[in-house]
Amino acid sequence: MTDMADSPSAKAKASQSRALDAARVRKRYRAESRFRWYGLAAIGFACAFLVLLLSDILLKGLPAFEANTVALDVTLEAGKIDADAIAGSNFNSIVNNSIRDMFPGVTSRSDRRALPKLLSFDAVDEVRSAVIANPSLIGTTQNFDLKLSDEADLFFQGMSTDEVAIPVTGSLTVEAADDGFRLTSSNNDFAGVLARVKQRLETRRAKLALQAAQLERVRDRLAAEMPSAEIAVKEAGAGATDSHPAMRRLAKLQADTASVAATLERLKAQTDQLAARVNNTSGAEQLTTVLPSFFVNLPETGVVKITGIGGNHVTGEAYMPVAATGAVAPGNWSLVEYSQPEADRRISDKEIIWLTSLREAGLVRSGFNWPFFQRGDSREAEVAGVLGGMIGSALTLMVTLALSLPIGVAAAIYLEEFAPRNRLTRLIEVNINNLAAVPSIVFGLLGLAVFLNFFGLPRSSAMVGGMVLALMTLPTIIIASRAALRAVPPSIREAALGVGASRQQAVFHHVLPLAMPGIMTGTIIGMAQALGETAPLLMIGMVAFIVDVPTGFSDAATVLPVQIYLWSDLPEAAFQAKTAGAILVLLGFLFLMNALAVVLRRQFERRW
Amino acid sequence: MDAAVMQADKTHTTVTTPAQPLIMKQRKPKIVAEGVTVHYGDKQAIFPLDIEIPDRAVSAFIGPSGCGKSTFLRCMNRMNDTIAICRVGGKITIDGNDIYDPDLDVVQLRARVGMVFQKPNPFPKSIFENVAYGPRIHGLAHSRTDIEEIVVRSLKRAGLFEEVKDRLDAPGTGLSGGQQQRLCIARAIAVNPEVILMDEPCSALDPIATARIEELIDELRQNYCIVIVTHSMQQAARVSQLTAFFHLGSLVEVGDTEAIFTNPQERRTQDYIMGRFG
Repeated sequence: MTDMADSPSAKAKASQSRALDAARVRKRYRAESRFRWYGLAAIGFACAFLVLLLSDILLKGLPAFEANTVALDVTLEAGKIDADAIAGSNFNSIVNNSIRDMFPGVTSRSDRRALPKLLSFDAVDEVRSAVIANPSLIGTTQNFDLKLSDEADLFFQGMSTDEVAIPVTGSLTVEAADDGFRLTSSNNDFAGVLARVKQRLETRRAKLALQAAQLERVRDRLAAEMPSAEIAVKEAGAGATDSHPAMRRLAKLQADTASVAATLERLKAQTDQLAARVNNTSGAEQLTTVLPSFFVNLPETGVVKITGIGGNHVTGEAYMPVAATGAVAPGNWSLVEYSQPEADRRISDKEIIWLTSLREAGLVRSGFNWPFFQRGDSREAEVAGVLGGMIGSALTLMVTLALSLPIGVAAAIYLEEFAPRNRLTRLIEVNINNLAAVPSIVFGLLGLAVFLNFFGLPRSSAMVGGMVLALMTLPTIIIASRAALRAVPPSIREAALGVGASRQQAVFHHVLPLAMPGIMTGTIIGMAQALGETAPLLMIGMVAFIVDVPTGFSDAATVLPVQIYLWSDLPEAAFQAKTAGAILVLLGFLFLMNALAVVLRRQFERRW
Repeated sequence: MDAAVMQADKTHTTVTTPAQPLIMKQRKPKIVAEGVTVHYGDKQAIFPLDIEIPDRAVSAFIGPSGCGKSTFLRCMNRMNDTIAICRVGGKITIDGNDIYDPDLDVVQLRARVGMVFQKPNPFPKSIFENVAYGPRIHGLAHSRTDIEEIVVRSLKRAGLFEEVKDRLDAPGTGLSGGQQQRLCIARAIAVNPEVILMDEPCSALDPIATARIEELIDELRQNYCIVIVTHSMQQAARVSQLTAFFHLGSLVEVGDTEAIFTNPQERRTQDYIMGRFG
């Protein structure tokens, strides 16, 4: 043995095998580090998406938790309120007048009708209930914090339009003109406005030109098809009627060509017009509603909306009364732009000016949007709340838990601990596993057919919703509970049987407590699934618009995810924020449930 | 009778059982097995065997792994019932009562025949609760003081009391391996069994803990019929009075421990004891 190792060939072999060993070790290390990087990349990827998702929802949803109020003096005239029937009195005009009184300069009929729309329709209820609670207020003037409309909220949150202050340096000369004012800057301060407008026009021109180019391609394609269609018609012969395919094709081609040509012509004209406006250096530029809005703030709350720009002067219309004409020193006036064109937003220029003037006066207060958690659904975004959905979800989950936990755990215990292992139990097992994979809407159909149509249980109710979700959750709970029971070491069962416990005693005294954390986890995961479920509830009518907060299991109710689904469908911008806000509430609930799962796990966990 | 059983019977007849062991003359037989067979599904794990196990003595089952000694041990308190595919044939009596009698309550039987397992398996509860559980479910105690008395007595008998008397509320799983095993013994004797079956009780323990358990077994034999399965021949020689050697599912030889270890009648016994196989 030893002389073998000493021989040169053996030495060579040994060094060769050492080299191979080293190579193998290096390869193993490389494989390990590669795998570690894959893992890190996967986790990083997942985290990035999670952060993206959460930050997006947070960004969109946070405005839903903020609401603005305006402090207004409300004159509760005795003549307008019937002290004997306060609830029936007309508070609308009282509240409407309170905001109109803030703007004595606003005189036109349409503007005076538009002013109360700044307030939420809830403001009237607020005043009414205050008076009902304290009738001695009648005849006095009280200061109320009245809720503003959803559009006002969005504006104050900067969701409607960007607000850009344009720096000005020169002094301003204000002159009355034909139907408004003419403002002249000593330092060419309006050049910036003109440049911005031209830039907008150029962007629009470029967009239209692009559309035109696309249409030209369509036209060319149609033209290229034309000869073959004509040949086909010729081949069909003179006898072909209008309904002949070739004839139909030709007719369609001709019609398309004509309509494309017409559109193209219109686009061309618009593009040319825009180009002319962009290139025009001398003439005045008119500001229309498809362009950003520019305002000049003058001393003493005067506001002029710019309607036309030419060189160093602008013409405009007073949105808030202008106190005096003449020269205004630099620093006493300012220029502001609202970039979103008036035509593209729901809040008008005038409303913006009124709201900003209320804000300048220090009357607007923003605070936490409590009604969001105190009310049910509403068609008005500013008073729509998630309480209805929250209570509905809670009631539904209660029913789900009450049904699925005992049934699921009992089934799991029987199958795992007592049932004989035979063909029937195996069949049941396979079917339970399959049920876990059944699309949830199928359970909704089942609920519709059985609970609503056969048993005639109340439609849209938390009870039926809970029953349907219990059906859906059962397989999850059974599977998780069985896994938890199986994970209890057999030595515990043997120990219990060994001291003379019956099988039932062994299971209930020893195995079940040890399986409890797993069962709890499974149950809470099932519940969390049920909490986020929408599809089966649509089938049993929980998708209805329900304003009242449910008070019992048989009341018509909706649940949080359905509420989210309903709001996401609504066109108002404020409901988009509400949607994201409701998602945040739902996520909060889920976090809470998962935290509960962790706590319960800790509580029940025992080492063996 | 099918072929396998015929074969089994043949094996049965070839076993030479020496003259009745001395210990059986001094003690009355507690457990008597006659023609016991065990099948796991189609596989026969134990071929018909007859054995008498003396009361107030330690009987050791030795033999190589898979020889059926643990299986036979588990027949004596019907723990094999929990294995669905296991079938037991023949007759086992304790004090003359057939334990496979359909009228017999298996839970009562297990209360009479306690068991200590290979791996210490205390309940994940406090030391006190571990011992108190058995008496409680069997209604052996009616008041808290009764229970406490039983627990203390059992722990004392298991030689564990002095070590744990200050922490009866501490979890049983927090004890050392040897202590856990003594706790399991305390748990077994708390229900006043007549027989204690021990399935390799020291195989998971270090030599010092093993020595403590062996001492304990030696003390307990004053009051109980103890059957111990062990892989360690030294242990069998140290603690037992009767030794049975199993091989390939058959009981090869049974006799006084001293006789088996000094003068085995069977060649296979001799080979095993000499360490030639197993």
